[in-house]
Amino acid sequence: MRYTLLLHYAEELPETIGDDVIAEGMQRMASYAATLHAAGVLIAAEVLQPSDVATTVRRVDGSVQVQDGPFADTKEQLGGTIVIDVPDLDAALEWASQAPALEWGGTVEIRPGATHTVDGVWTPND
Amino acid sequence: MDAERLSAGGTGAGEASVGGASGAASVTEARTAAEHAARTSYGRLVAVLAAGTGDLALAEDALAEAFTAALERWPRTGVPTNPEGWLITVARNRQRDVWKSSAVRTNVPLEGTDAAIDPLDGLDLLRIPDRRLELLFTCAHPAIDPAARTPLMLQAVLGFDAAQIAAAYAVPAPTMAQRLVRAKRRIARARIPFVIPDRRAMPERLPAVLEAVYGCAAITWRDDASSLAGEAKHLAVTLASLLEREPEAWALAALVTLSLARRRPGTYVPLEEQDTAAWDAQLIDEGETYLRRAATSGRRTPGRFELEAAIHAVHLDRRRTGITDWGAVRQLYTALVAVAPSLGSQVALAAVIGRTDDADAGLAALPPGGDRFQPWWATRADLLARAGRGAEASVAYERAIELTDDAALREYLEGRRGRVQ
Repeated sequence: MRYTLLLHYAEELPETIGDDVIAEGMQRMASYAATLHAAGVLIAAEVLQPSDVATTVRRVDGSVQVQDGPFADTKEQLGGTIVIDVPDLDAALEWASQAPALEWGGTVEIRPGATHTVDGVWTPND
Repeated sequence: MDAERLSAGGTGAGEASVGGASGAASVTEARTAAEHAARTSYGRLVAVLAAGTGDLALAEDALAEAFTAALERWPRTGVPTNPEGWLITVARNRQRDVWKSSAVRTNVPLEGTDAAIDPLDGLDLLRIPDRRLELLFTCAHPAIDPAARTPLMLQAVLGFDAAQIAAAYAVPAPTMAQRLVRAKRRIARARIPFVIPDRRAMPERLPAVLEAVYGCAAITWRDDASSLAGEAKHLAVTLASLLEREPEAWALAALVTLSLARRRPGTYVPLEEQDTAAWDAQLIDEGETYLRRAATSGRRTPGRFELEAAIHAVHLDRRRTGITDWGAVRQLYTALVAVAPSLGSQVALAAVIGRTDDADAGLAALPPGGDRFQPWWATRADLLARAGRGAEASVAYERAIELTDDAALREYLEGRRGRVQ
């Protein structure tokens, strides 16, 4: 069963929290990914650039509207996603509770996958 | 192989057997057997049917169909030697039918369920693994809405229908039905596992299960649900037995059993004024046994349910001593307020202080923030009356009556208010 962990946390800049803290955070994410990989559950992971470089596309009255900024302008932003393949929700909870984002005051949302692509073809979860 | 063959070897003691020379059981006998199986084994059957698939709704539907099939078939064929084995076999076949039909995307009706019964499948209930504990932990999983946990247990483990549960919670039946459907969908879709948490996770998972079982007890004690009063005790004792050595589970079994021992529907009488002869001595003995088991489970600090059960035990001891040991009750409530601080336990402690000391001390001990809490007003009214402040007591009784949704209790409070006026 595939679950996507949506990592939400407040975006911090090196200028405000310092390069050391940023470097330490990257180190924690590196070892988290390595642990997931070693356990054989990691499908994919991606850390996103800050939401101030996000661009949002909507269709308004039939025409595509491009806007700067993220989908939702909130203090905590989607900062990354991790897709894991584990037997059940308890296993997903176990991995989610080890996410470094929690140490940064962030939140991890666990969403069971419905379908994903294999060679460009939608394939149901499981 | 079918139901007739399952019943053919029935020579064991106690089973409902084929009635008379006609070879057919009466409708009544079949109904009684099916209802008995439903009452005693519903949770076991649902648990074992759902555990393998995680699909609680399908397990319940399949079992409901098996009960329907039993009512239709048993009057003609006789009640099988092992009704539960028969039911689970039919239900499993029904589950397979649903999987098959969803796999091939057809809705073609399948032939009679009896045709496919495998006699080696679930013949003996003793050999059907007991998965109720897994089911209880699933119902009270942290990923389930807390408001849905107790209703889910009432339905999945005890077999109440959504309408009964809705009535107990005083919400419209469709609302409750939807809450239950949503919770079951969540179990299936998010794949909440049917497992007993390991030792590490148990401390954080158990309280929700105990809380939900306690909720079952509170619901089933309501006057309008008196026929269900024993069901929650059954659940609490089952939980404690399955966990074996969990002190708070035994304490909860004790609390539920002791409360049941003095439960008398109808006119409300305060615990201290109840006629001890009306209490159920057998249930008291049983509850005290569970409480001893909780106390000897090797734990240092008593938990919330152990303290609450002990408070009940002290009150019930009046049947032996003729008096209530208010000093002991006070000590236990003081510990309860420390272990599990709640408005309810603080109000109860204030009421007890009103006995051990005097009414003024009790009033001083009433916690703030009870404006919308019925027991706070009822306790305040009683303490004011004891302190001789009749006019204020009358006002407090009035407020308590407004906040009471139980008819018997309201009648009692109205009587008290009449006396202080």
